[in-house]
Amino acid sequence: MSGQGPGLFTIFFAAVFTGNILLTLYLGMCSFLAVSRQVRTAIGLGAAVVFVMTATSAINWLVYYYLLLPFDLDHLKYIVFIIVVAAFVQLVEMVIERVSEPLYQALGIFLPLITVNCAILGAALFMIIRHYSLAQSVVYGAGSGVGWLVAIVAMAGIRERLKNARIPRGLDGAGIALIIAGIMAMAFMGFAGMLGLN
Amino acid sequence: MVMELLISVGVVAAIAVALAVLMVIADATIGNYGEKKVTVNDDKELTVTGGLTLLTALKEQGLFIPSACGGRGSCGLCKVKVAAGGGEILATELPWLSAGERAAKVRLSCQFKVKNDLKIAVPQELLSVREYTAEVTRIVDLTRDLKEVTFALRGPATIDFKAGQYVQLEVSPYELTDEPLYRAYSVASAPSMKDRLELEIKYVPEGIATTWVHRHLAVGDIVTLNGPYGDFGLHDGDRDIIMMATGSGMAPMRSILLDMAEKGSARKVTYLFGCKERCDLFLLDEMRELEKRLPNFRFVPAISRPNAEDGWDGQTGRLTDILPQYIPNGAAIEAYLCAGSAVIKSYIAALTAIGVARERIYFDDFG
Repeated sequence: MSGQGPGLFTIFFAAVFTGNILLTLYLGMCSFLAVSRQVRTAIGLGAAVVFVMTATSAINWLVYYYLLLPFDLDHLKYIVFIIVVAAFVQLVEMVIERVSEPLYQALGIFLPLITVNCAILGAALFMIIRHYSLAQSVVYGAGSGVGWLVAIVAMAGIRERLKNARIPRGLDGAGIALIIAGIMAMAFMGFAGMLGLN
Repeated sequence: MVMELLISVGVVAAIAVALAVLMVIADATIGNYGEKKVTVNDDKELTVTGGLTLLTALKEQGLFIPSACGGRGSCGLCKVKVAAGGGEILATELPWLSAGERAAKVRLSCQFKVKNDLKIAVPQELLSVREYTAEVTRIVDLTRDLKEVTFALRGPATIDFKAGQYVQLEVSPYELTDEPLYRAYSVASAPSMKDRLELEIKYVPEGIATTWVHRHLAVGDIVTLNGPYGDFGLHDGDRDIIMMATGSGMAPMRSILLDMAEKGSARKVTYLFGCKERCDLFLLDEMRELEKRLPNFRFVPAISRPNAEDGWDGQTGRLTDILPQYIPNGAAIEAYLCAGSAVIKSYIAALTAIGVARERIYFDDFG
């Protein structure tokens, strides 16, 4: 629970680029591959991930340090984090459905998908492993979310252009998407030298 | 050690309970849309519980929209036109709606939630659909894989329907399904018999509803039915009639013929009934009896794979092949068909080939 470690900006930058949760850690792959055909839906899902990841990082941080650690229940964090994420997503979906029709149209239908997105659980676990403070965790959650958003929108942009490309039959679909993800991952790794991170 | 275990279980349970309570509170506050008004066909006004899906909300008020999957968005049957108050079409509805239906504000009522006052349009016949509790009073094996089940209505005690219409039978959860679902069956009994319904149900391997009926349903069981639905039935006039059916396609034909016999119809009817083998034929005696009651009715059962041991001396061959023998020229005829989709298609082709006008071919496609 210490406030030591890298500064907030560094954490954010690292989470978006050098340590992109999707392209360097390969978390949240299934929805990344499934919902990256159109830029518009990719933005919708990405925005939902940013929101849920930021909010659940804060909630899970509080649950972990004020509930699980005092009772010495570190080993229960996986199951507890998942329950918290699931309940939070449900709640947010209900609120959005009630408050804003356009927002529900854009975001609401993606929220249930996110409950089982492993990147959300991954971000919560990393913030514990790296001993981030509450502020650091929130920034890390937001950064990871934005990183995921950037990756899926870039992917969707490329795949929209691929529609006009001649792709070998055997590679069409998931095959070419995985190759592109690999190339994108290498490009993102190039950022690592910039701040002398990782 | 025991203490640690207890604390672990306790904390997880406490978190789960706290979140569950939070969800219940949210459901009652955020999820509570109060009562909403639904105007049906610019005529009838219903007060429904807001926040429910339109399908459930209407069902609560006794208006039944046909739906086979029980509201999971996987059959696409429960379409309703929402003229006002509908908002945007949801992503879960899109696969089921054609461009024309989207433009006409048709919605999938099991996905669409009632959040505002609505104006909807439904076929007028749906307004007379009711839910019935019924008791199974008789189960008869008509063939090796077809049962006739009699349901005596318990509440409401009588049903009004037209010969050729169908009802939906609710299948209770059992090993093949966790949720109740509905399947449509044509009524095989006469409309004049208002206190009972007879359905003819064929066993389909792995079929959820048919397995339930054939393996689990017993005399004395109480079931739920709703109906009547559908616009299949005899059209007025004095044209000669050709009927073609296979298997449980017998059901609506039987209802229509019984109705005609009671009303003393003198129209000329030729009924071609097809099946593979002798042992698939059923209700022969009843049809012969109807030939006596209806002056111009002829029943022609035909077997496509005759077998020497059967001792069958009647018509053989496929209905599509033997049709011209019975109706050389179909120009002045109207046709009634009941079978699966592929078979219906072949019947329609054979009928148009002998000159039956396409708009005078009426059919009930049971999939």
